[in-house]
Amino acid sequence: MTQEILAHTFANGLTLVAEPIASLESAALSILVPAGCAYDPEDRNGLAAVMCELSLRGSGERDSRQFVRDLENLGVERGDSTSAAHVSYSAATLARNCLPALEILADLVRRPHLPGDQLEAVRNVVLQELQAIEDEPSQKVMLELRKRQHPDAWGRNSQGSRPDVEAITLSDVKRFHAQWVQPRGMILGVAGRIDWPSLKDRVGELFGDWTASAALPEPPSKIRQPRVEHIPHESNQTQISIAYDSVPYRDPDYFQAWGAVGVLSGGMSSRLFTEVREKRGLCYTVYASYHTLRDRGAVLCYAGTSAERAQETLDVTLAELRRLKHGIEPGELDRLKARIKSALIMQQESSSARSGAVARDWYHLGRVRTLAELSAIVDELTCESINSYLGENPPRDFMIVTLGQQALSA
Amino acid sequence: MQFIHHTLSNGLQIVAECNPEAHSTALGFFVQTGARDESADVAGVSHFLEHMVFKGTPTRSPDDVNREFDEMGAHYNAFTSEENTVYYAAVLPEYQTRAAELLGDIMRPSLRETDFTTEKKVIIEEIRMYADQPPFGADDRVKARHFGSHPLGKSVLGTVDSIAALPLDKMRSYFQRRYSPGNMTLVGAGRIDFDQLVQTVEKLCGSWENLAAGRDTPRADGHSGFECVLKDTAAMEYVIQITNAPGATDDDRFAAKLLATIVGDDSGSRLFWELVDPGLAEHASFSHHDYQGSGLFMTYMSCEPGKTAENLKRLRRVYADLQAGGVTATELAQAKSKINSRVVLGSEKPRGRLFTVGGNWVNRREYHTVADDLALVDAVTVEQIAAVLASYPLADSTGIAIGPLAEVS
Repeated sequence: MTQEILAHTFANGLTLVAEPIASLESAALSILVPAGCAYDPEDRNGLAAVMCELSLRGSGERDSRQFVRDLENLGVERGDSTSAAHVSYSAATLARNCLPALEILADLVRRPHLPGDQLEAVRNVVLQELQAIEDEPSQKVMLELRKRQHPDAWGRNSQGSRPDVEAITLSDVKRFHAQWVQPRGMILGVAGRIDWPSLKDRVGELFGDWTASAALPEPPSKIRQPRVEHIPHESNQTQISIAYDSVPYRDPDYFQAWGAVGVLSGGMSSRLFTEVREKRGLCYTVYASYHTLRDRGAVLCYAGTSAERAQETLDVTLAELRRLKHGIEPGELDRLKARIKSALIMQQESSSARSGAVARDWYHLGRVRTLAELSAIVDELTCESINSYLGENPPRDFMIVTLGQQALSA
Repeated sequence: MQFIHHTLSNGLQIVAECNPEAHSTALGFFVQTGARDESADVAGVSHFLEHMVFKGTPTRSPDDVNREFDEMGAHYNAFTSEENTVYYAAVLPEYQTRAAELLGDIMRPSLRETDFTTEKKVIIEEIRMYADQPPFGADDRVKARHFGSHPLGKSVLGTVDSIAALPLDKMRSYFQRRYSPGNMTLVGAGRIDFDQLVQTVEKLCGSWENLAAGRDTPRADGHSGFECVLKDTAAMEYVIQITNAPGATDDDRFAAKLLATIVGDDSGSRLFWELVDPGLAEHASFSHHDYQGSGLFMTYMSCEPGKTAENLKRLRRVYADLQAGGVTATELAQAKSKINSRVVLGSEKPRGRLFTVGGNWVNRREYHTVADDLALVDAVTVEQIAAVLASYPLADSTGIAIGPLAEVS
């Protein structure tokens, strides 16, 4: 399969990165604005999310209804989200509607009205999302885990806290937008049936005259203290979450670390699924997932089970994490490789998946790893290479957070 | 793109939309069995059986099944609904035969006692997990009330008690009846070598005995009423309302889909502007679900408890306006463009096409290209939507509110 990655960084610091995929009818956009919740002021956690939601309520020549109507008439599937690093906007539609959709999103990013008369509605949206988390114990425990794993701004929940969100004023939002929403470090990922020259010209017209504002300092880092913590919660099940440090995506050892997590939790023959669910029937859901920020990574694990079986579930899960340092086996490596190869090829069937992937690669690496490069890296993985990584970096110093009726011991 | 179908002498059907340009191959067994086919003494058996199907055959242990799917790097899973149990895998084309053999083999599971006992615990954990999550079983409860004795009123999961009490021999006899080849279809999409597929399936499944596995598909009467259930540990109040709607073989189902998009899509719909955009509800949607012989419209809303009464009033007003004035041509055009784009985006992956091709065949014995489906959507008129509203008045709903409120006025 031939694959072409095209990239251009404009003078103001915005990068356009694109992957033409001729076999698709669609095209998708993914805009990463470096204005995530890690940049919320200390006492205004939730500000980036409020800014994101308010930006949807009118921009450029459009009010909020016209904005929605125009995108829907173009058949655009639109999304937005706020992570620690970014506010992201995404759009996927038929290829011919891609540039008109981009025009609307350019207004959204550059010229939002941020209308004061919509602030209360937006505040209510965010507050309701915050409250709804209380009814989703599995989601809640993972948010609590992330906060402790990254005790600084990088572990925040994007919806913030009720008192902070209640305190946000319109001038907070406007200041945040002026300071953080700017072209330096912004990434526009595009994939699907596209024509590079006209795309690049259009992006230049829409964003080229935008000047970057002064650079601001990154939030300071804090060191985590591993511990076991229980959060009382009235529920049938106990939620168990475990985190340990790992390397980020840009690290040369990333694929060794990631491969080990794949053995732990990829497919139904993986260790956690087999030992916790298949052999013992301890729970319905159990997994480990890789979480990477630009300069650090972590492995986040989850299991949910009835209170009376929670201690055993935690014990078995921890035993599997500790057993990893003794190494993985050839059969496990073969399955890992098969899964990665198939996932890489099937990603080519989705313009949305690829536009997100090229934008994220650019954020982490300042370039895009091609499928050929990824295949070569995967081919080079061996049991010895992964085991030697695990020998030097065994899962340890666990952060454990449980949620439910009773505390557990670890 | 080519559609081909073939029926084995024992009734097993094989249908495929073959696309030589595709990067992958998606295969799925569609078994026409689900909650609606269960008697009360085996409530939840279809879903439990779906789990047991992955527990091995005379020639494969449970570990073998999982390992072999993973060796192909397959994206695989299964689900159970009111009327279908579907097992599917998406693989690279080179694995077509191996994937078909594995899927075909697990359709004749051993159903061993030890696996049954272990898996029972997993199912009970799954039920308890949902009991901790919104809407805390209210969906099953409102459907049971709405459908009364109609088969669509049954719960897919069953209850902790019904699962705990289920003996293995009842699962075995349910399996015998329902997994008869005449009640199963193997569906393929993407890059498929059809002749090879037929050969593989014939060899593996050709000797399965065909037993009658019928199903009654009466139209539902539908009841109405509203109840409020106290769940004081919940943070939000959840409201579900259902009414009757066109079913899977009714011509007006496309009008129903468009109506649902206009009324309750997650953006730009009437409920979005009325409840979500102003921050009154965390979530508000209106969707159409079609089944054989019947269908339903479902309203789902979640909000801070204090806003419930006001939101219900707004819901009633939205539905009264629709009932009186129907939808506008502008709304209809916008909904069509949304659906058009969604259908195209969803069809780019073989594993997306699989479910559309399978659903069309299982429910109606028909094949539609993407263009055929888009043409049917495009042909819907404002008048046809008005006719749906007239036949299925939205006010005749069965509703439930569950959350911290003891009562809702």
